[in-house]
Amino acid sequence: MAEKTSLYEFHLQQNGKMVEFAGFWLPVQYPAGIVREHLAVRHQAGLFDVSHMGQFLVEGPEAADWLDELCTSRIATLAEGQMRYGCLCNEEGGTIDDLIVYRRDAQRFLCVVNGATHQKDWDWFVRHQKDGVRLRDVSQNISLIALQGPRAMDIVARLMDAQKLPQRSYRFCEDLRIAGRRCLISRNGYTGEDGVEIMMDNADAMTICSAVMDAGAPLGCQPCGLGARDTLRLEAGMPLYGQELDEQTTPLEAGLNFAVKLDKEFFIGRKAMMQKGLKKIRVGLKVRGRGIAREHYDIVCQDRRIGSVTSGTLTPYLNEAIAMGYVDVDHSTQGSEVQICHQRRQMTAVITDLPFYKRK
Amino acid sequence: MSKIKEELKYSQSHEWVMMMGADTCRIGITDYAQQSLGDIVYVDMHPVGERVEAQDTLADVESVKAVSEIYSPLSGTISQINEELIDAPEKLNEDCYGSWICELEEVRGTDELMSAEEYRAYLATLEQ
Repeated sequence: MAEKTSLYEFHLQQNGKMVEFAGFWLPVQYPAGIVREHLAVRHQAGLFDVSHMGQFLVEGPEAADWLDELCTSRIATLAEGQMRYGCLCNEEGGTIDDLIVYRRDAQRFLCVVNGATHQKDWDWFVRHQKDGVRLRDVSQNISLIALQGPRAMDIVARLMDAQKLPQRSYRFCEDLRIAGRRCLISRNGYTGEDGVEIMMDNADAMTICSAVMDAGAPLGCQPCGLGARDTLRLEAGMPLYGQELDEQTTPLEAGLNFAVKLDKEFFIGRKAMMQKGLKKIRVGLKVRGRGIAREHYDIVCQDRRIGSVTSGTLTPYLNEAIAMGYVDVDHSTQGSEVQICHQRRQMTAVITDLPFYKRK
Repeated sequence: MSKIKEELKYSQSHEWVMMMGADTCRIGITDYAQQSLGDIVYVDMHPVGERVEAQDTLADVESVKAVSEIYSPLSGTISQINEELIDAPEKLNEDCYGSWICELEEVRGTDELMSAEEYRAYLATLEQ
């Protein structure tokens, strides 16, 4: 039985179409629809409930070094108030999850992980726990919202002293107040736009979310569901765990080289990644002519299957059928033409650079 | 609340049927269907001349989120398709009863369809 997030009533007030996702009831869209929600984020702002995400506290004198053993990115060099994207990998280099690690001070870290993999990640953390590292799963107590779009910073600045907000991307500030309630605000997101994520205790979620929505509405802020979250991240070329990432795929195959520090002495999965090289590579695809490429459709070149599509849609902003998928490394050249096939559907696509959309 | 037009016939898979003569009809999707599908961005219709049995696919309709099939509520032969939808699939959202998908001739199976009143009662059971 799916759980309700602390913002369930907000979604009902906004007439969200509720679906089960990662064990929670969340809106797939509101009455405006995915297209308008998507465009609101590109032009003004959108507000998302992402409380299904998990939060782990990792603390203690060994916390930094320990996280460096579990994560593909470099954790020990993070400054206080800085955060970094990375992956958790198994011994074979396959991806257990992608996550963001926040450094709160020398010995205190916060990890934000995917909702659907929350339990698996926690088990992985506990299995590798060692002396000098304390772990706590605080997911049940915490709510998380994302405010994304070119007007996002203007909107939060209406709710608090703008100078207290994180001034740079991938920085965060704790112990801030919105409508008198305590929150942590980080400057990041999953849409390709500027914006923030706001983390708070469950008891404060309705108050903070409503305050943000009220401040945002005059600036065109639109509540957004899972549907728009998916089309936005796809347009921004960002992988989604379960689609582009899984335990059979290394972060290098996913093209996440920026988050994989092979020059670190050790992290779980490093050795396998160094040894086995790339079996496949993530690419962008643009359909030529009519048709939309979807998950699981085959990618074919000269009558040979070279891979498959992992996500695809007709993107509302670019108004093109775009997709991501994996192909054999030998067939991953930019600009090469491939066929996308599924039952009686067939279309031509071109392998393209990611992301499809980059903000100016 | 989904809109229903009194003069049309309906199927359980949420297509509407407008009888144009003794054995020709026009087929589209209902308000309930277009709301469930969400923003429609692509329509791929089966060609004119194709013979279909009831429950065969007439068209693929894709929203931003997913692919869905539109089933024929009747048996017959596709005599015309609404080519306007190829470039303007969003018309299925904007005016679902004005935007037909195709016309069938030599139709059979009209007795299986629901009246507006029966369809309204059917929707009520789904929305419970």
